[in-house]
Amino acid sequence: MTEAIEIEDLHKHFGQNEVLRGIDLTVGTGQVVCVIGPSGSGKSTLLRCVNLLEQPTKGTVRVRGVEVTDPDVDIDEVRRTIGMVFQQFNLFPHMTALQNVMIAQQRVLKRGRKEAEVVARENLEKVGVGAKCDAFPAQLSGGQQQRVAIARALAMNPDLMLFDEPTSALDPELVGDVLAVMRKLAEEGMTMLVVTHEMGFARQVADRVVFMDGGVVVEDGPPAQVIGDPQHERTRAFLHRVLHPEG
Amino acid sequence: MADEPKTAEPGRARLSPRKRQRISRGVQYAVLTIAFVALVVYADWGSLAQNFAQPDVAGQMLPELFTIALKNTVIYSVGGFAFAFVFGLIVALMRLSTVGPYRWLATLYIEIFRGLPALLVFLMIVFLPLALPGFEVPGGTYGQAILGLGLVGTAYQAEIFRAGLQAVPKGQTEAARSLGMSAARAQITVVIPQAIRIVIPPTTNQFVALLKDSSLVLFLGVSGEFVELTKFGNDMASTHANATPILVAGLTYLIVTIPLGYLAGRLEKRKGTAR
Ligand SMILES: Nc1ncnc2c1ncn2[C@@H]1O[C@H](COP(=O)(O)OP(=O)(O)OP(=O)(O)O)[C@@H](O)[C@H]1O
Ligand SMILES: [Mg+2]
Repeated sequence: MTEAIEIEDLHKHFGQNEVLRGIDLTVGTGQVVCVIGPSGSGKSTLLRCVNLLEQPTKGTVRVRGVEVTDPDVDIDEVRRTIGMVFQQFNLFPHMTALQNVMIAQQRVLKRGRKEAEVVARENLEKVGVGAKCDAFPAQLSGGQQQRVAIARALAMNPDLMLFDEPTSALDPELVGDVLAVMRKLAEEGMTMLVVTHEMGFARQVADRVVFMDGGVVVEDGPPAQVIGDPQHERTRAFLHRVLHPEG
Repeated sequence: MADEPKTAEPGRARLSPRKRQRISRGVQYAVLTIAFVALVVYADWGSLAQNFAQPDVAGQMLPELFTIALKNTVIYSVGGFAFAFVFGLIVALMRLSTVGPYRWLATLYIEIFRGLPALLVFLMIVFLPLALPGFEVPGGTYGQAILGLGLVGTAYQAEIFRAGLQAVPKGQTEAARSLGMSAARAQITVVIPQAIRIVIPPTTNQFVALLKDSSLVLFLGVSGEFVELTKFGNDMASTHANATPILVAGLTYLIVTIPLGYLAGRLEKRKGTAR
């Protein structure tokens, strides 16, 4: 069986700055993999290389067997099968929640208006913002915006979802709603690659946790091992900082 | 006295800043009042009225003032503006393109047409048939005027659009691309609509500037049914040997430009609060 994501020897430079230095990572179909690590360790860059928002400098990325790094591959076609959720939501501010979820269905998947609207309402309902269809993003709380963003990605029927710190921009009391939606997705069998600082979520939901530092994968294993019993000093130090922020 | 040291002996009342401000304000009002009185007393009101406010001369400008002159001013300005809007957007997109030659061409265009006096561009259009024998700008006088205003307006509008496009956060394009939209599709459905909202206030100002520049059509050597406000006022002033038509033409411009200026201000304010 082909894996959902296979990353081999991935390097990414920004000028002289070597941000990723040879990443190997596999995400099996239906798996939830959480990526943790200090700021600047290259987590976002890794995620953005999967759907080619960043062009890797070297190495291969395969998504369900398709090598996205191959210049002959139609990246737009691959991207529509990969949902992405951003830290800053990135909803389209000039469109209502409903239109946000409809637009790519109509323009990319060429679904008709009616069908797109039905799918949009279903997905907004599913993430718990069905009552906010006609609201503009500016009229929604951060937690509601992020859930609309998740619905927008889900409406494309993606094979896998990428989350880049989806709760980091949220007020603490709104984090739970978004994590609950993600938990539900995981239970439904969605393949997910999640960059997060939510250790509780990683521990309970992830099949594997990957600890990155300085552009390499330091540790990769089940949460009980990586979070519960880390083998590397760097992992231990990071976890100590995250779990005991007061020092 | 003004340079009184800070350590003035106690007991001697110094002017508080508030008092000083009140006195200074009083002096300013007094100067203004004297100037105004002098103007009223010394100006030759009879002669001024004779030259600038002759009701019968003004009356003779009707209805052509509106049916021809203002109409043409609006046609030239709106036409030139539409030209500048469409090509301004294209030039702005070229300017921001990843394709080098597009960028260079757009930059060259903007630098040239922002650097030249609009009048010179109009004169070039007049002399175009000399350079290209047999060539004629389609649309006659209207075509020439709209081309002249449009060529210059495009350069300014392109810079306005560039700023607007750059003000749309990069995350918007990334979200659109991650949903499978092509680069062009993302621009059209996500970036450009937001950019247009951002540029509405400066674009309104740009339209006012273009409306005023439409007076340069005068130099295309237009006459009869093609005259716009300035030319019309000038012609009527010559005919009657009286300046009233100039004043009337000026007021007619203001009827259009002042409300537009207010509109731009309101839109600017609304943008400030809405985002
Ligand atoms: N477009 C870019 N151009 C230049 N440098 C970049 C770019 N994007 C990221 N970087 C650099 O790459 C490094 C890793 O960035 P990245 O965003 O992947 O880290 P991260 O692990 O996601 O950090 P955080 O937890 O703060 O989000 C940083 O040093 C950053 O400055
Ligand atoms: Mg990041």
